[in-house]
Amino acid sequence: MLAYIVRRLLWLPVLLILISLLTFALGLYGPGDPVQVMLGLHTNPQIVEQVRKEYGFDKPFPVQYWNYVTNALQGNFGYSLVKYQGQRVSDLIAKRLPITLQLNLVAVLWSVPLGIALGILAALRRKTWLDVFVRAVVILGISLPVIGLMPVLDFALSRKHEIGALGIGPFLPPGGWQGVFAPHIIQPAFILGLGALAVFTRQTRAAMLEVMNADYIRTARAKGLKEWMVITRHAMRNALIPLITIIGFTLAGLFAGSFLVEQFYGIPGAGALAYDALLSKEYYIIMAFTLIAAVVYVIFNLIIDIAYVFVDPRIRYK
Amino acid sequence: MRNKPALIGSVIILVLVLVAVLAPVLAPYDFAKTDLNNVEKPPSAAHWFGTDQLGRDMLSRLIYGARSVVFVIVVVSTISLTLGLTLGALAGYFGGWVDTLISRIIDFLFAFPDLLFIFFIAATIKPGLVNSLKSFGQTNNIQWLVDFVRSGYADYLVVMIALSVLGWAGLARLVRGQILSLREKDFVLSAQAVGVPTRKIIFRYLIPNALAPILVAISMGLGGIALSEGILAYLGIGLQPPNPSWGIILADNAGRYWREWPEMLWLVFLPFVVMASVVFAFNFVGDGLNEALNPELQ
Repeated sequence: MLAYIVRRLLWLPVLLILISLLTFALGLYGPGDPVQVMLGLHTNPQIVEQVRKEYGFDKPFPVQYWNYVTNALQGNFGYSLVKYQGQRVSDLIAKRLPITLQLNLVAVLWSVPLGIALGILAALRRKTWLDVFVRAVVILGISLPVIGLMPVLDFALSRKHEIGALGIGPFLPPGGWQGVFAPHIIQPAFILGLGALAVFTRQTRAAMLEVMNADYIRTARAKGLKEWMVITRHAMRNALIPLITIIGFTLAGLFAGSFLVEQFYGIPGAGALAYDALLSKEYYIIMAFTLIAAVVYVIFNLIIDIAYVFVDPRIRYK
Repeated sequence: MRNKPALIGSVIILVLVLVAVLAPVLAPYDFAKTDLNNVEKPPSAAHWFGTDQLGRDMLSRLIYGARSVVFVIVVVSTISLTLGLTLGALAGYFGGWVDTLISRIIDFLFAFPDLLFIFFIAATIKPGLVNSLKSFGQTNNIQWLVDFVRSGYADYLVVMIALSVLGWAGLARLVRGQILSLREKDFVLSAQAVGVPTRKIIFRYLIPNALAPILVAISMGLGGIALSEGILAYLGIGLQPPNPSWGIILADNAGRYWREWPEMLWLVFLPFVVMASVVFAFNFVGDGLNEALNPELQ
């Protein structure tokens, strides 16, 4: 057990170094000369040389990598090269990340509890219309392409429809960002949460079905426990533990979904910034995103794996 | 077959493949041919699904879009299946340093959230790689390579490789776990005892027995690949316009170049319905397989 944790912790720095090395190498040499990206193709070679020196692009690769990593550790991820020229990437991200986090939080808050509740209900009412309905919701949540769902929903809900002489709608504002409590958040948060809803419903249902067949449930019933006690005290507690392991994937999926949702609804969050950066080859911003996301993801998953052992003492890693 | 959704799903997949293969025969128009006298026309006898903002025939574009999805699904699943099965089985069967090496590579790949990883590859390696392919073709006078780059499929190849690189890791992990538990079974021991070669043990004894969950994972994964293809094209990092992908059609009509379209519902609704039904089909089939192969979980 302890050996497992130690091994994971020892592997962590290696993983982080590999991640940063790959990100840096691809980020620096992948999209072409960063100075050219910044200044354009037709610039005085002298100026190019000067800028190259200024940013340290003339130094050998290991030196540049070292500088980048040590700066990154101090929270400096370089500067914007094109659109926000001269601004620090860390400032740009820091300004926009709260919006993305708030949006994601709202998405998680409606979808995860609802998913767990639907999953439990479907498992308890197995093979009834409720179960069929819940499974349909799951398949819908997984299959509906968000890129088409967004415009269709937007059309249905945030436009005025004229049916004969009657005008119906708009029911919701079309997008934009007015904070967590404005109705503007309803559409993007709904879209963003669909995937998580489906995943949590499916996993909860499967886990509950498995647990309900266990011997200790029969024992609990045999000793005369009321059914709701059996479900809440014995079944749910055991069924919900494995859900911890999918939190990491779910959050990563949400963050990736933020790209699409923020870009479509015109929400000035981190996802929209990343998308802009991709289009305009802002390689410092792209690197910062990949690096931060990967590092957070790795550490988060490590914490989850270790926490899992403590939450469920039956788990033994070798 | 009692499972209706799975049956419907299989039919949709069959139709998809047929449409993709027969696209040049089925499409009534050239998918890229613009007709500025017929812009944004609703469905009619001449254009069953209407025309888009450049007067291109929507039906033909949707038909060729099927080609793009099928192409990506075939390439990505072939690569990731080959890599995933082989490396996962090797890791599970041999253990030791082989297992350690393969598992660490998988861990490393899992360290990147997948869409972000593809995004990163598309932003960094893709332009350089595509450009060097092009200049290599030009300097060495390799016409098909130049054509390939110009067709926009080179951009695609990079994205597909990125998708496969992520795809195999998930599959390999699954296969490894299955093989690990099967390795100790008696029938494997007896095969080893009578001297069956290792390669044969892996491919004839172990993989067929591990197939059920792998099949389910694959069929569920195909819907995901179809979705990714659309999303990447939509974001402008997959297939390049004017080549039609359903993602590009959606982006053109309602996404990146946002426009008012209350009277042009078909431009968004049709690609949405087509794309959704294909992803549905794969998930229905996956669900059906799951039900058939793991009845206790349903």
